[in-house]
Amino acid sequence: MPTASETTSTTQTAKTASAGASGNGGARPVRKVQPGRRKPEFTARRGFLITLFMTPAAIFVAVFTYYPMIAGSQMAFRHWNLTDLTDTSWVGLQNFRDVFADPAWGTVLSNTAIWVFGSIVPQLVIGFALALWLRRRFRFRGLYQALIFFPWAISGFLIGILFRWMFNSEFGVVNDLLQKVGLIDEPVAWLADPKTAMFAVVVANIWYGVTFFTIMILAALQSIPEELYEASALDGAGKVRTLFQITIPYIRVTLALTVLLRIIWIFNFPDLIFGMTGGGPNNETHIVTTWMIKITQQGDYGRASALGLIVVATLLVFAVFFLLATREKREVKP
Amino acid sequence: MIGKESTAGRATKFTFLGLWLVFTVFPLYWITITSLKAPGDIFAFPIAYWPEHFSLENYSGLFGKADFGVYLTNSLIVATVAAAIATVISMLSAYVLARFEFRTKSALLMAALVTQMIPTFIALGPLYLLMTDLKMVDNRLGLILVYIAVCIPFCTVMLRGFFENIPDALEEAAMIDGLSRFGALFRVLLPVMRPGIIAAFIFNFVNCWNELFLSVTLMNSDSNKTVPTALNGFISSFNIDWGSMSAAAVLTILPTMVLFAFASRHIVQGLTAGAVKG
Repeated sequence: MPTASETTSTTQTAKTASAGASGNGGARPVRKVQPGRRKPEFTARRGFLITLFMTPAAIFVAVFTYYPMIAGSQMAFRHWNLTDLTDTSWVGLQNFRDVFADPAWGTVLSNTAIWVFGSIVPQLVIGFALALWLRRRFRFRGLYQALIFFPWAISGFLIGILFRWMFNSEFGVVNDLLQKVGLIDEPVAWLADPKTAMFAVVVANIWYGVTFFTIMILAALQSIPEELYEASALDGAGKVRTLFQITIPYIRVTLALTVLLRIIWIFNFPDLIFGMTGGGPNNETHIVTTWMIKITQQGDYGRASALGLIVVATLLVFAVFFLLATREKREVKP
Repeated sequence: MIGKESTAGRATKFTFLGLWLVFTVFPLYWITITSLKAPGDIFAFPIAYWPEHFSLENYSGLFGKADFGVYLTNSLIVATVAAAIATVISMLSAYVLARFEFRTKSALLMAALVTQMIPTFIALGPLYLLMTDLKMVDNRLGLILVYIAVCIPFCTVMLRGFFENIPDALEEAAMIDGLSRFGALFRVLLPVMRPGIIAAFIFNFVNCWNELFLSVTLMNSDSNKTVPTALNGFISSFNIDWGSMSAAAVLTILPTMVLFAFASRHIVQGLTAGAVKG
């Protein structure tokens, strides 16, 4: 394995990895500190510069993100309902109990699992395949790349609307095409049946999310030095072996971080379902975050905030475990 | 290049690439075609994959009765200003996070990651009250301020990756040549950073352009609505007017898509450097 200094592109992966890793508060790969580089500056001036440059960002995020979140969090422990604002008393964990006692909660949870894993696995596999194939030059590659990146420029909400129109049971193009191909005999009411509706929203999400994996993996692949492949070809390694012994180990850090961030992000992504089914039919396509919207719309801010805290806590715990689980591998990385 | 491709391998590859392209482009084609049909033809059987006659009626309706031009203008102003300011602010924080070691650094990065986990809906109520106190409800400036805050964490991490990829020696040389740290930053580093800055700006722009829930909460009068809010208004009624909806969708998608088409290379680079969410 070559060291990072052998090729400039390798440095890029290593750095990307360390940027993301430290961003996640997990294990920080040892960052090369050039001796005599950071020390000579005057501490006072350095401190002033750090403060000066960090302040605008800190103020914005503190005032418009953290303050509302923390203020919203305390509602989780209060009776806070728009239908009855005279009583906003402290109710302890009552809102959390209400969340768990809701008969729909089981469905919401299993839908969230289908939504997250049903989306991320195909996204990863297809995204990986596309990236591997896009790595080689071919005619019109640039154009192809630009075209398959488009879904990402569109809002989740609008994608929901787009697919809602295509999955329309009477005038939808999906039914028409499937009938023409002969896969179905008569129109399916995709969004009216909970099972097919869940399938349809996942398809829409896959459509949207593959791009992200393609871009990330493509970028990481571009940093693998060509010599590695040449050496493995000389050793007579086949395609599959090369994939598992060179490509995947080399980009493992990027892969792990991409998967982590995508899981966080898909979990916390109500927009698409909101536009496509609104959680229907009969609440059967709700995930945790669309469920939260519904409860907010009913005016029960207390219970919605309890749900929000559950989301943040779940994702934090998940992120910590994920980072711990992938930590060792990260340090072994070339 | 890597190994040799067999004919069968090539066939598989191009079949897959072709199918994926069709799958990706078809929904966009479909919404465009729908928007160009006369309102009556949209619900005609059999479904027309290429309309007999094209009509701009859906579009003219959008500007005639729905003031869509006002929404587009609002979105354009809000997204451009917020994205530009957020990019500048993030550049400063990214620079510090990439170039210095200090005690609170990992806490700050962690705080940036946590923002990604916060569901918008937990903050909406207090944010609305805060904006009411600041007299910035239903005000484009208010929305801009909120969007700047939304953009900063991701943008900072992304730009930090970029700064880290530029050797320290570049600034050192400039400083030895007599420039101050600020001088080195603005006169030497920023020009090198241009692709990253463009990618970050586009990213922020797309995020702000597409944002729905904050804008629905904060902008209520018709003259202040942004495009996503207007689209949301279209579906809140029981029956969706698919003609107007598809025309509105095309107008909403078009600007970000043009940006993406011009900048897809920058975006790949930008993400390589910045590894975060989308």
